[in-house]
Amino acid sequence: MSLEFSADAQKKIAAACERYPSKQPVVMAALHLAQKEHGHLSDDVLRLVARTLDLPYAHVYGVATFYTMYRREPGGRQTIRMCTNISCMLRGGYEVLEAFEAKLGLKRGESSADFTLVEEECIAACANAPCAVVGTEYLLDIKPEQVGELVQRLKQHPHPESEVV
Amino acid sequence: MPTEIGTRVVTARFGNPDAKTLPGYERAGGYAQLRKALAMRPEDITAEVKASNLRGRGGAGFATGVKWGFVPKDAKAVHLVCNADESEPGTCKDRELMFWDPHLLIEGMVISAHALRAVHNYIYIRGEMMREYVVLQHAVAEAYARGYLGKNILGTGIEVHLTVHRGAGAYICGEETALLNSLEGLRGQPRLKPPFPAVKGLFGNPTIVNNVETLMNVPAIIDKGGAWFNALGMGRSGGTRIVCVSGHVNKPGVFELPMGITFNQMIHEVCGGVWKGRKVKAVIPGGVSMPPLDASELDVPCEFDALQTDERIKPVMVRPGQPFDLGGGRQLRTMAGSGGVVVMDDATDIPRAIWRIMKFFAHESCGQCTPCREGTGWLEKVSRRVAEGHGKDGDIDLLASISHGIAGNTICALGDAAAWPMLGFLTKFRADFEAKIADRKGKAA
Ligand SMILES: Cc1cc2nc3c(=O)[nH]c(=O)nc-3n(C[C@H](O)[C@H](O)[C@H](O)COP(=O)(O)O)c2cc1C
Ligand code: SF4
Ligand code: FES
Repeated sequence: MSLEFSADAQKKIAAACERYPSKQPVVMAALHLAQKEHGHLSDDVLRLVARTLDLPYAHVYGVATFYTMYRREPGGRQTIRMCTNISCMLRGGYEVLEAFEAKLGLKRGESSADFTLVEEECIAACANAPCAVVGTEYLLDIKPEQVGELVQRLKQHPHPESEVV
Repeated sequence: MPTEIGTRVVTARFGNPDAKTLPGYERAGGYAQLRKALAMRPEDITAEVKASNLRGRGGAGFATGVKWGFVPKDAKAVHLVCNADESEPGTCKDRELMFWDPHLLIEGMVISAHALRAVHNYIYIRGEMMREYVVLQHAVAEAYARGYLGKNILGTGIEVHLTVHRGAGAYICGEETALLNSLEGLRGQPRLKPPFPAVKGLFGNPTIVNNVETLMNVPAIIDKGGAWFNALGMGRSGGTRIVCVSGHVNKPGVFELPMGITFNQMIHEVCGGVWKGRKVKAVIPGGVSMPPLDASELDVPCEFDALQTDERIKPVMVRPGQPFDLGGGRQLRTMAGSGGVVVMDDATDIPRAIWRIMKFFAHESCGQCTPCREGTGWLEKVSRRVAEGHGKDGDIDLLASISHGIAGNTICALGDAAAWPMLGFLTKFRADFEAKIADRKGKAA
């Protein structure tokens, strides 16, 4: 099966190529776009990116597997990135992560159709610990007992990461 | 929200949504410094930055003007890259700065690019900062439309371009050579230095990498002069200091403070003291890569040199009686790092805290160097068993010797960043580790 990028993505990739002396640096943006359009980065999607930028498949594979935000397997519509690093841990970050696990019925690292739950490293909102980021939305100063309400709100007002690309 | 203590150079518009728009920024006096700088010779801008004693706010505290001076005079193409990868645990200033004042960053970058004669420039923003990416993309488009960026900025014939490049999740991309590889579309693995980026960096060209906060200070230096900026600071460190205070204080936050403020003042006068009426046990002064301070060391200012040399701070030891040698017999106390100040109260489980830090480094090691890849993995495993109450006799020495084996033996500073806090916590909180291990034995008996 030969996949394609949408016309909009093709336009974005062409514009990005103007910003660098070669096409290679556009691989990160192209992978973000590919993930948005195809949900995850299957081998076929990686081949599409390689073909689009005239790069070897192995190069694209190497990049796609280095960075944690690219996913090789299907995930949920939204990704909840819950920080448990030092500042968050000191103010109950693990308890909040456990509350998310309980409310979503997911373990850290798992996905449902709606959500992927990620135990994240510091998300640079430490002064509002414990905190999480969902697309463009930051959830700050979270208490375990607020988690149910937060999940409800995200269902009503989703912030998929793909909205940014 | 910053406090009223002292002058605000880079956080003056925090909390003002109007200032984020180009018209709002212009109404507040924005882009006037760019006009002024465009009429200056590049050398004169660099001289002003040198005189200001502006030091890098990304971690190492290197003098910005001196670094700019390393670019070879006959360079054909030069790049300026803004490091907006902020991911040092405990640090949350760059994200706020970009969110509240994106045009101040752009103005600082265009002035700096002019000083460096850099045409194609980039902001490398961390992948998880999706909200700030949107803000920056919008601001850059506004700046192009108004002629602050482009082929012929403000009709001066000077060409400056700016592209926002989004990462995709990897702490190591904050290290400047890993960042450059990532920007080139490669895996984000650090390069051997030398050559340093200022000589051979992005696309093989001389490249200056500077932190967000560093570049945002440049317009004020053009406005009020290097001498003014230097006088705001302390010793060889010009300007103010942004600290991100998190952990067990009553009012955590991002504050722009005088360079000479002490940790005790910061905690008690700015952040309302330690929560729950408790006392301080430990303070990480500049992101988790830096050795901690104990409660007796908090009258030291947060200034760069003080944290490295003030004798009120005990040196980090490899084991009791053997100070850690930074080279040439120089002792390691701590460093100002990224400004991430993490306060731990006297009820903190120190072994568990250090385990979480080691888990981070083990996860983020890029794997190129054996001492770092294997060593961080072992630090995580051994510190975990100590934290979970299964520590063995000799684990303290084991942790120290693994750390000692990593430090100084790796391609990039991530190895040191894991080893230093491990040794620092063992030096200053040894009794906590001993108690945890003894507790295990008590249970087994
Ligand atoms: C492992 C590691 C991670 C780093 N992360 C960052 C970062 O997130 N942001 C940053 O500005 N500097 C970071 N640095 C420091 C950069 O390598 C570089 O020194 C800095 O961006 C230079 O800018 P400055 O001189 O303005 O501080 C990191 C360094 C190391 C070794
Ligand atoms: S020290 Fe660690 S992170 Fe740095 S290059 Fe070596 S393996 Fe990679
Ligand atoms: S430690 Fe959780 S946001 Fe920084």
